Amino acid sequence: MPYKYLEDVAIADVAFEAWGATLEELFTAAAEATMNIMVADLATITSGEKRKIALEEENLDLLLFNFLQELVFYKDAERLLLRVAKVRIEQGDGIVRVEAELYGEELNPRKHDLGVDVKAITLHQFQVEHSAGAWRANVIVDV
Amino acid sequence: MPVPASIKKISDTVWEIPTSYKEGMRVPARIYATEELLKAMDDGVFDQITNVAALPGLVKAAYCMPDAHWGYGFPIGGVAPVDTKTGVISPGGIGFDVNCGMRLALTNLTYDEVKPHVRQLVDRLFERVPAGVGGTGFVKISQDEFRRVVEQGASWCIKHGYGWKEDLERTEEKGCIEGADASKISAKSVERGYKQIGTLGSGNHYLEIQVARPEHVFDEKSAQAFGITIPNQVVIMFHCGSRGFGHQVATDYLQSFLKVMESKYHIKILDRELACAPFHSREGQDYFAAMKCAINLSFTNRQVILHRIREVFSDVFRRSAEDLGMHMVYDVAHNTAKLERYEIDGETRDLLIHRKGATRAFGPGMDGVPEAYQAVGQPVIIGGSMETGSYLLAGVKSGIETFFSTAHGSGRTMSRTKAKKQYHGKTLQEEMAQRGIYVRTVSYAGLAEEAGGAYKNVDHVIEATELAGISRRVVRFSPVGNVKG
Repeated sequence: MPYKYLEDVAIADVAFEAWGATLEELFTAAAEATMNIMVADLATITSGEKRKIALEEENLDLLLFNFLQELVFYKDAERLLLRVAKVRIEQGDGIVRVEAELYGEELNPRKHDLGVDVKAITLHQFQVEHSAGAWRANVIVDV
Repeated sequence: MPVPASIKKISDTVWEIPTSYKEGMRVPARIYATEELLKAMDDGVFDQITNVAALPGLVKAAYCMPDAHWGYGFPIGGVAPVDTKTGVISPGGIGFDVNCGMRLALTNLTYDEVKPHVRQLVDRLFERVPAGVGGTGFVKISQDEFRRVVEQGASWCIKHGYGWKEDLERTEEKGCIEGADASKISAKSVERGYKQIGTLGSGNHYLEIQVARPEHVFDEKSAQAFGITIPNQVVIMFHCGSRGFGHQVATDYLQSFLKVMESKYHIKILDRELACAPFHSREGQDYFAAMKCAINLSFTNRQVILHRIREVFSDVFRRSAEDLGMHMVYDVAHNTAKLERYEIDGETRDLLIHRKGATRAFGPGMDGVPEAYQAVGQPVIIGGSMETGSYLLAGVKSGIETFFSTAHGSGRTMSRTKAKKQYHGKTLQEEMAQRGIYVRTVSYAGLAEEAGGAYKNVDHVIEATELAGISRRVVRFSPVGNVKG
């Protein structure tokens, strides 16, 4: 599990750290960490629905912020629990782009062991950095 | 981080962090708490309230209520009075869950009458008021109609049969804040929220059946004015907000402010979550009008939920809600920014009061307090943890010290992640049942996160608001049934 929830940060909300060798791994890990707040066992989310996300930003951190926010949007707008099937990140000309294919299904309290609802991704202490050969992100989620 | 060394004691319940504490602070930070509560506050409070103190246009100070704890951007329990001419509006000073708030309704039933039905009531409420992740409500409307709802607020509900006309009189802003403009909200925010009217949400949202025990009535006259007139009277209290719609409105504008804040308005802040724009700028005014839509949606949500509660009680007791005396006491907002007029150093000024996790608490005789409560002051509804108890307070004249703001709950002391490790949802449910509190939840993990031990002692918090002269106790309520969001 390339993410962990932090115990002594943001006591009313949920803070996590996610990591990966590549940006693609980092985005996938942060998406899993976000969904895992709402669903205890991500393996119970099976594939039925597919969605595509394509976003661009000037900053890498805002790109991740918006990417996670899309997952939160689909959870409310279509009651979809989504996981990352494929993700690709490209940088160039001062722009960072993400294209992702997501899979999942409609939320079902009888099937999915639900946790707490994610209201929003916050920018408080939000950070994406590359150090010692790995990408890391710190995220605080409003619940 | 311990309490900052430079903190000054102003009185037994007021503490001040001077502007020298951190570069960029424009005004001091004032914390309202007893020494015991101050010492127990977490690191985030001091760091965040001093970041808030750097916002342009702040008047006098950035304030923290006694239940303050670590939030994002603002601390929860943070209050920022901003001059509208020179100051800013910040979504981070309001929160994603715009107008998350509390509503309290009465019954004329005693606990003895309700006790045999608590299980049935809670089970039915659990069915009729959807809670938890991605919950959808029974109000089926189009996206176009939703846009009308957010402009009309709770008055839309009354027109459609979801409530009584008198409910509006007993809601802050009469359930519809002026100036909400649906042309300022995104299609995305509508898509996120239009199916969620009448749902609780999760986290610290709940719906509770409570009892006003005679020994917990602190001021009989005020209690009577608020409708608490019978020993062991049963009341219903609930906490919820603007759901996905409000969350998206805040997210949308947080991003639009980030794009213009420095480049266009040359504002530097200490935390990106405090992104802001001048109040009178186009961006600031657009957000203000959109945020008001979220305020109205939240009033609508609580109005529809009250309607469902009346239906459930009416079904179970086979009497009409009117016959059961199910009047509303009041509805208060927690996460808002509102225009209020104050006299500052002999000059009348229009201020935008950001209250994040804080309650407006107008004193007796003030405009905006319902006619029936003019002599006692505005009712303030405080939700404690689900295990301990909740309060009904009244606003006081001396509340002007904090721009008529007080606490909103008991305040957390333990992170959700830690609480989930320390408490077990099912065990907690059983233990609470043994103590006479019947709880239903969609999430046992969520239940564990809300354990009483994860919160400050609500009695200490409320005592501090009274000692500090920012609100006073009227009644304490004990929980007997709970739908946990």
